[in-house]
Amino acid sequence: MTVLDDTRLTLGSHVLWAFKDGWTITTRGLVHWIRNPAVAVGGLLYPIVMVALFGLVLGSAMTVEGGGDYAEFLMPGMFAQAMANGVMSTMAVVSSDASRGVTDRFRTMPMSQAGVVLGRSFSDIINASLELVILLGCGLAIGWSFHNGLASALAGAGLLLLLRFAMIWVGIYLGLLLKPEAAGAAWMVLFPLTMVANTFVSPAQMPSWLGAVAEWNPLSATVSACRELFGNPGIVEGSWATDNAVVLAIAWPVVAFAVFLPLCMRKYRRLSR
Amino acid sequence: MHALVADGLRKTFGKTEALAGFDLHVKEGTVCGLLGPNGSGKTTAIRIMATLLRADGGSARVAGFDVARRPGEVRRRIGLTGQSTAVDEILTGRENLEMWGLLYHIGRKRARQRAGELLDQFSLADAADRRAKHYSGGMRRRLDLATSLILAPRVLFLDEPTTGLDPRNRNEVWSAIRSLVDGGTTVLLTTQYLDEADQLADRIAVLAAPPGEGGRIVAEDTPDRLKAMIGGDQIDLVVRNPSTLDTAAKVLARVTQSEVDVDSDERRLHAPAHDRIGVLTTVLRELEDQDIEVEDVGLRRPTLDEAFLRLTGRHIPDEVEETR
Repeated sequence: MTVLDDTRLTLGSHVLWAFKDGWTITTRGLVHWIRNPAVAVGGLLYPIVMVALFGLVLGSAMTVEGGGDYAEFLMPGMFAQAMANGVMSTMAVVSSDASRGVTDRFRTMPMSQAGVVLGRSFSDIINASLELVILLGCGLAIGWSFHNGLASALAGAGLLLLLRFAMIWVGIYLGLLLKPEAAGAAWMVLFPLTMVANTFVSPAQMPSWLGAVAEWNPLSATVSACRELFGNPGIVEGSWATDNAVVLAIAWPVVAFAVFLPLCMRKYRRLSR
Repeated sequence: MHALVADGLRKTFGKTEALAGFDLHVKEGTVCGLLGPNGSGKTTAIRIMATLLRADGGSARVAGFDVARRPGEVRRRIGLTGQSTAVDEILTGRENLEMWGLLYHIGRKRARQRAGELLDQFSLADAADRRAKHYSGGMRRRLDLATSLILAPRVLFLDEPTTGLDPRNRNEVWSAIRSLVDGGTTVLLTTQYLDEADQLADRIAVLAAPPGEGGRIVAEDTPDRLKAMIGGDQIDLVVRNPSTLDTAAKVLARVTQSEVDVDSDERRLHAPAHDRIGVLTTVLRELEDQDIEVEDVGLRRPTLDEAFLRLTGRHIPDEVEETR
């Protein structure tokens, strides 16, 4: 609930305070990240273990549709999966703030209520960018690379962060909806959703019904688009979803944002019911 | 001048009525204790007045502003310490206060200065630069309390400020609250303990919810008058030798001029003791004169359940709450 009755503030200063308060909350998030690196390292551990498992252990048994090196095929999937899994950390913080009275304190203060969510999204995007840089480094170390120039590579990174940005709003909504214990268990639902995608194998190698699901999975769009922009193998032409991967990799997160932003605002307002 | 006025507040969650017409007036610069068992609507009432919840009916004015129509003005003048401590454990005590100061829009310099003042005031200066996760329960509560005072609010809401604290930590929080009141802040605090309300409040409002209905105020008065209304203090006495029990009961009856309850199994007697210390010393002297050995003696306040029985004619439903 914004402080609409406040006659002393103009729209301009509302926006200004939203950013100032947002920045204060962002720095809190960053201090957490620096002082509690275990959480951040834990978040990175999963993709690194997956890379080791699939790239090194199972890699020799994996075939890439259309030919190519498996590590080259795998890494864009790992990047996208790490971004999607970021929803867990957003959800955990929002849910714990709500249950521990931090959200209540925000709501009894004359601060910008938009700043609360703005701060959350700033600090999560900064965290995600750092995470992505580390993962890109890991990728380069095991033989992955980008082949279409720096501009395309940056565009790919941009699509990955766009996915993470959309997941922030999904995470805020679910964090306000769920108790911390339930938020922790959300992993069980999220895990299959991120696995039934083109991350590890091409949908063409799955049973046809599962392949169709995997092909239209929003995560697959980002993965395909990244493979295309990074010049990595594994792109099978022919299906509409794959041919228009970049369009879908923009459209899916934008749609998710458009759906979840108003849901978050409604949920936040309904805290006072 | 009233710092806080609630008029017929009603609130229903789904099918459960939480408040059924809550009325309360709290004078500027006083402490009001909102006393009631679990489920009587204490927290709901506080959350409505602190702009966290919307009432279904009735109205409330806090520091001169309507909570539903001018929440922004109200928020500039209140502090709230809820049941769960809103302390960031990864930040130090000082960083916590500075962050909240910035969010209260007082500026970086003033936030730093205010953090220092509050850390001193709440005896947290020594622990200021330690992370809050290493704080004791009492220190966290005091830090939380300090946070709600950054703006020097005119009205402070404290929702069960000592629940879950051991006696030492509880005393620390109590003395912190007392020093605030000396500064002129109006305080509304909820508690399940008659003892706590008695220690801190100028006036006590008793909130009760009949089965299936929402809470409303059933009594509101000074602690002394309220205690007189619900029977005042009791004297409890245990004699060493069972054969002296009858004589001791007669002495107690004469001194207190009331009926004495006798529990022969435990060799225990108890009676109302309106003139607390007077009764205690007279009884002990007379028993000594008659060579009756006393094993244990004490004054105790009536329990919340005894108070409820007097005020509402019913015991507290569900679990029986006891004074500490």
